[in-house]
Formats: sequence, C-alpha cells, structure tokens
Amino acid sequence: MLDAAIIGAVLASIVAAATTLLLASLGELVAERAGTLNLGVEGMMIVGAAVGYVTAYGSGSLLLGTLAAVLAGMALSLVFAVLAIWLATNQVASGLATTILGLGLAGLIGASFVGTQLEGAPPLHIAGLTDLPILGKALFGQDAFVYVSLLLLAAVAYTLTRTRIGLVLRAVGENHAAAHALGHPVRGIRTLAVMFGGACAGLAGAHLSLAYTPFWAADMTAGRGWIALALVVFSAWRPLWLLAGAYLFGAVSILQLHVQGFGLGIPSQLLSALPYLATIIALVVISALKHGRGAPASLGVPFVPDR
Amino acid sequence: MRKILSMAVAIAAGLALAGGAPAQAAEKLKAAWVYVGPVGDFGWSYQHDQGRKAVEAHFGDKVETTFVENVDEGPDAERVIEQLARAGNKLIFTTSFGFMEPTLKVAKRHPNVFFEHATGFKRAKNVSTYNAKFHEGRYVLGQIAAKTSKTGTIGYIASFPIPEVIAGINSLMLGAQSINPDMKIKIVWVNSWFDPAKEADAAKALIDQGADVISQHTDSPAAMQAAEGRDVMAFGQASDMIKFGPDSQLTAIVDDWAPYYIERVQAVLDGTWTSTDTWGGMKDGEVVMAPYTNMPDDVKKMAETTQAAITSGALNPFKGPIYKQDGTLMVKEGEVLADKDILSMNWYVKGIDDKVPGQ
Repeated sequence: MLDAAIIGAVLASIVAAATTLLLASLGELVAERAGTLNLGVEGMMIVGAAVGYVTAYGSGSLLLGTLAAVLAGMALSLVFAVLAIWLATNQVASGLATTILGLGLAGLIGASFVGTQLEGAPPLHIAGLTDLPILGKALFGQDAFVYVSLLLLAAVAYTLTRTRIGLVLRAVGENHAAAHALGHPVRGIRTLAVMFGGACAGLAGAHLSLAYTPFWAADMTAGRGWIALALVVFSAWRPLWLLAGAYLFGAVSILQLHVQGFGLGIPSQLLSALPYLATIIALVVISALKHGRGAPASLGVPFVPDR
Repeated sequence: MRKILSMAVAIAAGLALAGGAPAQAAEKLKAAWVYVGPVGDFGWSYQHDQGRKAVEAHFGDKVETTFVENVDEGPDAERVIEQLARAGNKLIFTTSFGFMEPTLKVAKRHPNVFFEHATGFKRAKNVSTYNAKFHEGRYVLGQIAAKTSKTGTIGYIASFPIPEVIAGINSLMLGAQSINPDMKIKIVWVNSWFDPAKEADAAKALIDQGADVISQHTDSPAAMQAAEGRDVMAFGQASDMIKFGPDSQLTAIVDDWAPYYIERVQAVLDGTWTSTDTWGGMKDGEVVMAPYTNMPDDVKKMAETTQAAITSGALNPFKGPIYKQDGTLMVKEGEVLADKDILSMNWYVKGIDDKVPGQ
C-alpha cells in the first residue's frame, strides 16, 4: 500500500498545506517582533482571499489578483495600525474587531462570485526533476506561492538577525522607550511591521483562493488565521522554528487523513485533534528548552511618547 | 407658539390614525431564516437561502423575509431567534440541528409565533420539524459509482459521525453492492461541515489511495474541484456543482427547500398552520438529482430507472435483508428499516472495512 507514489503525493500535499500557514504566520511574526500583537490575521487573510479572487476573476490575471490581495491585506492592517498604534487602543480588542470587520467585508466583496471558479496557479514542472520519485513533486512540482513563501522566510530571517533594520525593529519590540530615546520612530516602525503582516496575510489568503481551492466561498479560511497566530508563539518568535512549526502542522493534518483512508480504526476525532495536540506538546518542549527567550518584552503594550 | 405645537401634534395624530388602519390591514407576513453558515457557502446554507428567495418570488408583496447568517450553534442562537421573534416575525425557520434547544426555548416565550426547525426531532405546539431524505439520492450515487469505478473503490468525505451522515454512507454502499457486491469504500472524516482546504486535502488523500469516485457529505465544492484536477469522477453535494467539475461530476444531490417553504408560508397566510414533522424525499421534490453527466448511456438509464423507482415508492434503499458489519441481520427480508431507526443509525452495513468513529 505504501509505495513511492503515495509517499510522494503525501509529501507534496504537506508542503502545500504548510504554505498558507507559513505565509500568514511569517507576517505576524514580524509585527510581533516590533511589539504589536495583531489578532486580525484571520480577517486580513479572508479579505486577501476575496479581493484576490475577485480581481483575478475580473482581470483574468492571477498575478494582478495576488497583488490586489497583498494590497487589501495591507489596507486592513492599516486600519488596525491607526487604532492600536496611533490611537493606542487596546490591541486585543482592535485585533478582534479587525477580524470581524474582515470577515464581513470579504463576504460582501465576494457575494456575487459565489459558485464561480478559476483556473488556479499552475504547479511548476521541470522535466526530469519533477518526475523524480518521492521528493520530485514535493520539491519541484509546487505552485509559485510555495517558493515565494520560502524566499520570504529566508529574507525575514536574514533581515531580523543580520541587518540594521532588523536590529532597530527588534529594539522597538523589546524596549520601546529606549528605542524612542535613541531617536527611532517607534510608531512608524511598528506601523510598517504591521503592514508587512497584512501583506503576508493577504498573500496567504490569495494562496487559498487562487491556488489551493481556486474559488470563492465565504469563510473559506476556516480558522487558519488563528492557527497562524498560535504558530508564532510556538516558534518562540524565531523564523526557522516557524518553518518547522508550519510544516509539522501541515504534516500532521495531511497524515491524519491518510491514516483514516487506510481504515485503521483510530477514532477520527482524535486524529483531527492531532495537529493541535502536536503543537501544544512542541510548545511545552520548546519553552522548557529555550532558557528564558520568550516574547518581545514590549509585545502588546501601546507606546505613547511623552509630550 | 404653544397652540401651533399642539395643533401640529393633533394633526400628526389624526394622520397616523387615518393612515394606520389601512396599513395594518395590508400588513405583510414577516418570515425569518436563521443559518448556521454563510449564505455564500454554495452548500447547505446557500440552498436554504435559495428556498427563501423562492418564497419571496412566489408571494411577492405578501411576505417580507429576512435572514441571519453565520449563527453559532450555542447561546448566541437563542439571542438571535429571540430578536427575530420580537421584531415581529410570525414564521421563523431555524436551519441547523444545533438550533433545536434555542428554538424550543424561544418558542415557549412566543406562543403566537410559528417556528420550523430543520433536521431536529423535538416539536412543540408552535414548533414543527422538517428534513429531507438525502439518503435516497445516495443509493443512486452508489449504483452509479459501482458502474463507473475502475479501481472498485469509492472515496467518501464525511463531516461528523451523526446518524444522518452514517445513513448516507450505508445507503450509498447498499446501492453500490446492488451492482457489485465487492465494492470497497474509504471514508475520511474531516470533522467540519465547511473547510474548503481540508475538504480538498481529504479528496486528494482518497484519490492518492486509489479511490476513483469521490462522494462528499460536506458543504463546499472543493472536493469536486480536486477531483476535476486529478481526472477522477465525483458527486456534488447540496448544490449542482457541475461548474466545478465539468468533466468529473456524475450527478449531485440538490437540496430543494422551495416547495416546503412555500407550502408552510401559505399555511400561515391561510391560518391553517399546525405543528408537523415532515421528512420529504424524492417524491416530495425535496431531494432532486442534478442531470446525469459524464457517464455512458446505459448507466444513465439505470440511474433514471432507480430514481423513478424510489420516487414511486417501489424501491426503498433500506429494504431487507440488510446485515451489520459483524453479520447480524438488522432488517429482515421483505421489511424496510423504520424512519426512527434511520434517524438513529450508528452502525455500518456489511462490506465497509472501517469503524464508526468513537465506537
């Protein structure tokens, strides 16, 4: 039963499933490293999915659709940024409001597109490489979103740890008063970080509505924005752990479907809970190992400069 | 000044009296619908909303309809239903199983409002229940699957292990076995009614494992789309999904609530509404099959014959002999499974190599 073809197909599905989560959580990681907790990921994702689909459907161009999704995610994140950063409102409440607003807006935008579909983003095909057994499809047979997500991850990991911009961003997240005293525009930097988060969430939404299941249906993100938020905590705010977390979550959620298909008689409720259980267990293990390296110290605290 | 003011009040009051009476006589019947999902799901809630629109089209000015979508099956539902009752709605349809208790509670407080609860089993003086025999359609699907499958394996994407879903799996399998006794089925539970990406993952997993006809009991067209992309056949659910699988959809079970909704609204208008329990099927026009496509003529003919037989009552999917997995005889030769036993079904028929989750 477990031949190379099935293993190859499973690996390819895992990579695809992990990509949506990786994209959405990567943006949130940057926002949080700068000190802002944005619970609006789900809302920004669904707006990205809706705007991306509608634009691609109208223009016939997946690239335009993707760009529109990114801009839509950014626009909604800007609403959040104005509230939470510039008006110093409660970040949790503003984030939740952003999600609710996003879900409603997306339903409205997509309403007249229910029941239509698109030709989704084509998978890569390199003769020879894609046809390799087992790893061929997983590595060389994915759509562009997968490769973009990995490039983005590399760029974020590099920028955060190896560049001056990354250093300033982390300083703002760790101690905003000190960063302010050094003359860094705390609220401006946080706004840009939140907007990067919005762009990534919009891109994740586009991955769903333009590649994964290329149609529009209200609420099609089905809670993935919340999983992305959990993954950021899981990763202890480090990009490489985020990669591991997203792929672990993707792996468990795909594997449980295959286990069911083989009819091994394991209760499906337990299998459905497995991705979450695995995340919690990994979370405990990581926090036991990480020696006090936790959340950015100023995370969730609004910054109001002295007058 | 004071005089002018009081005059104005008097005139306004007079106008209100004069205008009020005829307006009341022509008052519209207000009807409301409560949905568990978004109307844009292209599945369960979408079809109920199509029924609501049919009511509007049929009655025109005589009826005013509203709906509330995305209502959680919990305490929130009671608040929503209460609000609709207070807003003057005389007929309220609550369209998900989990709205059962909230509907009954609100109904108790509003004895003059009529309630209709879909898929439940508890009634009251002003609460009716209604559902459709979707398993009748699944028997036809099973026969088509057995005729068209090359691998002999059906893939089934299931939502939650509740009697309605289990009865659907059994009915499909009995249909398949009536053509080919050796048909196999692989069942994947996604534990959700609506999660497009997960439904697509489940379809791909089933296809990877050798299933070449996909049936689903979830609400989005994702599985159909996945089947189309992998060149295998599939059945649509709740709505006609042919647009998502022009080369893959064999047929779809379409929920058509319009006849029932129109009948019930008419009953309220006529003053003949009573609390009833309706479980309509093919013969009532509630379970409709989408056109039979992408299959040879002889299979199409067989499907049409079976559909006609179920519609006329000549054929019952749950007619004995039916055996449980362990070989126990559940329905004797010549008998049919009683409605109440279908509504509480928690066992698989013989030939399914899997366990009902949690048992």
